[in-house]
Amino acid sequence: MTVSTFTKAAVAAIIAAGVAAPAAADADFSGKTIEWVIPFSETGGSAKWANFFAPLLSEAMPGNPTVVVKFMPGAGSTKGANWFQEQKHEDGTLMFGSSGSTQFPYLLNDPRVRYEYNDWIPVMASGTGGVAYLNAEDGAKFDGSANALQDTDFIYGSQGATRLDLVPLLAWEMLGMNVEPVFGIKGRGDGRLMFERGEANIDYQTTSGYLGGSMDLVNEGKAVPMMSWGALDADGNIVRDPTFPDMPTFKEVCEATDGCETSGDAWDAWKAFFVAGFPVQKLAFLPGDTPQDVVDTYSAAFEAIVARDDFAEISSKRVGKYDVFTGAGTATALATATQVSDSAKEYVTNWLKEAYGVELK
Amino acid sequence: MEIFATALPALGEAWGLILQPIVLGYLVLGVVMGLAVGVFPGLGGIAGLSLLLPFMFGMDPVLGLALMVGMVAVVPTSDTFASVLMGIPGSSASQATVLDGFPMAKKGEAARALAAAFSSSLFGGLVGATFLTVFILIARPIVLAFGLPEMLMITVFGLSMVAVLAGRIPLKGIAAAGLGIMIGTIGEADAGGSLRMATYDIPYLTDGLKLVIVGLGIFAIPEIVSLLRQDKSIAKDANLGAGWLDGIRDWFSNIWLSVRCSIIGVVVGVIPGLGGSVVDWIAYGHTVQSTKDKSNFGKGEVRGVIGPESSNNAKEGGGLVPTLLFGIPGSGSMAIFIGAVALLGSGDIEVGPGMLKNNLDITYSIVWLLALANVVGTVLCIAASGGIARLTTIRFAYLAPFLFMLISFAAFQSGQNFEDLLALFVIGLIGVFLRRFDWSRPAFLIGFVLSNPVEKFTNQAFQIASFRFRKGFDVGMEYVFSPIVIVLLIITVISVVLGIRQAKQILAEGDVKSGEKRAPLVFLLVIAGYLAFALFNANAIPDYNMTDKIIPLVVGGVSLLCCVILLVQMMRRPEGDAIFADKELAGEDAEAPYGLWGTLAWFAGLIVATYFVGFILALVGFLLSFFRFRAGTSWVKAVILSAAGIAFMSFMAAMLNRDFPPGLLQAAIDLPWPLR
Repeated sequence: MTVSTFTKAAVAAIIAAGVAAPAAADADFSGKTIEWVIPFSETGGSAKWANFFAPLLSEAMPGNPTVVVKFMPGAGSTKGANWFQEQKHEDGTLMFGSSGSTQFPYLLNDPRVRYEYNDWIPVMASGTGGVAYLNAEDGAKFDGSANALQDTDFIYGSQGATRLDLVPLLAWEMLGMNVEPVFGIKGRGDGRLMFERGEANIDYQTTSGYLGGSMDLVNEGKAVPMMSWGALDADGNIVRDPTFPDMPTFKEVCEATDGCETSGDAWDAWKAFFVAGFPVQKLAFLPGDTPQDVVDTYSAAFEAIVARDDFAEISSKRVGKYDVFTGAGTATALATATQVSDSAKEYVTNWLKEAYGVELK
Repeated sequence: MEIFATALPALGEAWGLILQPIVLGYLVLGVVMGLAVGVFPGLGGIAGLSLLLPFMFGMDPVLGLALMVGMVAVVPTSDTFASVLMGIPGSSASQATVLDGFPMAKKGEAARALAAAFSSSLFGGLVGATFLTVFILIARPIVLAFGLPEMLMITVFGLSMVAVLAGRIPLKGIAAAGLGIMIGTIGEADAGGSLRMATYDIPYLTDGLKLVIVGLGIFAIPEIVSLLRQDKSIAKDANLGAGWLDGIRDWFSNIWLSVRCSIIGVVVGVIPGLGGSVVDWIAYGHTVQSTKDKSNFGKGEVRGVIGPESSNNAKEGGGLVPTLLFGIPGSGSMAIFIGAVALLGSGDIEVGPGMLKNNLDITYSIVWLLALANVVGTVLCIAASGGIARLTTIRFAYLAPFLFMLISFAAFQSGQNFEDLLALFVIGLIGVFLRRFDWSRPAFLIGFVLSNPVEKFTNQAFQIASFRFRKGFDVGMEYVFSPIVIVLLIITVISVVLGIRQAKQILAEGDVKSGEKRAPLVFLLVIAGYLAFALFNANAIPDYNMTDKIIPLVVGGVSLLCCVILLVQMMRRPEGDAIFADKELAGEDAEAPYGLWGTLAWFAGLIVATYFVGFILALVGFLLSFFRFRAGTSWVKAVILSAAGIAFMSFMAAMLNRDFPPGLLQAAIDLPWPLR
């Protein structure tokens, strides 16, 4: 960006912020300001995600509107989602972004949830993967199955059992491993630091976190990768993560491990929450009563972003190798992310209560 | 010396990158924007950086860094204005500055205090950068040596500063700190998610109270209310004494103190997880302990300004270490910084473990841009300080409405709930009474700030220690009593022993007269009542969530015990004993022409009106009627002043893309911004 475009953009932003007034729905967004509300603080992964897409969206929308990311944190993102539930379509300048942390309370019937995903119109969805790894000493015992790890005591730095950490914790539990979570850390970076200090001896990172930080530990021989969570193919089957084609998935490790089964209640529950938390982790929504022409404008814009020649390159460097769903794919993505069978919900609810004493009410 | 073989060329390249006119231009632009945002109490670097984010995508890395670093670097410098001139802690970095900086302003020495503060800030920033240039190369193993027991010990060391600041009656100081910790535990527990003193029916409480609100409530509101009651200017007799040159001279004659506090700032800032929130208190504690004549602390001792201000800019440099080396943000603004760096250029710079290997030149650029921004920011601030100090000679009734406006806006930005304003009022009320009855407000604030770290590190360290002890007794002992822990333990013990001996000489509230039993007794009973209820509430958490109840139970129990002992002492001692300190008996507050409740009612009125008609409309009514009826200006002047206030507020909010608290009116009908 040169000085003059910077100045121009700054002036445009100032003017736009000052005079933004409601206008009739129109497919042309010139002079308007799109507010993209994120129910988290400025500091989280969702902020990074929205800040990456915001300028691209501005370029791709007709009339090049200014896109501002607004933050509305609180109550584990349920505050922002409850707020969005009450918003009506005005002029198509309001968009909302949700994350796995918004999906999980919804799926677990958290009492603070007063929003309904099916009321909203998804226009873009993106996902990520995750990798679990061990310290060098215990990693030597790993042979593609967890059989030799079942007598070891593990410590894991966790953000909380009802968050995305539910997926790794349940996976390890199914493998018969004895993993004790140390709760209350603030982000996966803190978890990795705890692992590096030797206080934790097992850890997991999302794809970008693993590539950015943990890969160095693996190369130095301080960590041994155990498994990826995998990715979904077009038919909804778990296959190897395209970013880590040489790494077995949890499904493969489970099949090789005595006592772990890839069918039944536990497996169905794990898979359901894995899908809601990883392959379709973040979604962008418009209010439920948005007219079709506005929805189509947004869909086309996101499709154009993904179709950019340099999209794979710029996105992998800034937000990790995410699969991005646009157009018709978003509806399918939303369905996979939010439709979890009652038996799976019940299984997880009971497990949370028995293993961690967590009761959501 | 292999390290230096790679470091020196990188350092040269870094200077090559920085010393280009356009880079310096962006740096200055960032600094100016940072100063404009920083004088707003409670907004700070987070608001400023969010403002810059949309422009970072694909921007030339060095230019983007210059802009962002310029902004981040000066926030702890510019928030000193609010701390010194108005007694409003602009951010957690400038809380300790209030203790002596504001009394200096009251003595008419605002310019001197500001200049001393800014010189110290500058010096701290430069010491920090120099230290970092070498230290960043060897920092990784040192940072990794700080495990959970070590962090817990640093937190405890921070808490031990309560001993110095406890005031005349140590038990009251301990109880105040305990109350601060208990207020800090309100909400959903980090570990097990249990609710403490909260319910899901009031979602606001489940998130806990924000530091901005507690800082403003405890320090700013009592001072504003007190000054407004006296209806004079901040500087008594509206005279300005010593000027900014004296301040620089003060700093120079205390240069070794400044060096020591800068080092404290870098070292504590380097440790991830503490966020530097205790740095200024540790520096203040050190300043007190290393000063021979302690009688002036709390009354306007210039060393009390130099110490914390030297540490807080150095801390920003130290905070770069966990941010750049581990990708772990030391503060909210650093977290945005990490996200923004990824957007720069072609996205090649990734903050994290690879930073030193792949981008040492960029790393050094950041370190020295930070130092340079400090220089630019300080020069601008010192140049402005003489003029801005005149604010303290204005009759306070003209300033107060704007201050109420600013702190309400700042409080609302922390959570964007109407409840933020209510919380500010309630905490403000607590602050007013803590001040009146001479309960240590710094002790309360230290307790609040450290509440979360104490609980988190205690639980986590306990869990991992018991895991190690299961492996073997010696393995456990080795983990818990590492050399760093032992050293910190010794320092803490020495600091507590010295602190208790010295506490009686440090009167943060000045000399408070004592008198009747009734009012102090009632306040004690209210506090004890809250503690007892919180204790009862924590006890109701099921035992399998022991992590969520143990700290509230222990701290609440100890604080309640202090209250009970105080109660017994109050019953036995005669009236007029120091324990019955009460500001309403003699001194400024007692002689003030206006009453406490009438003054508070103005602020309450603003909040109630906001509930009905939204912030801006409420502000129109508040400003107009305040100027006309309380300050006694003519209608014309009242309209002009009110319009200026509203215009300023709207301009800042529009620039920062922020909203105002809406009321019932806004829920019923659609209004154009800013009335929306």
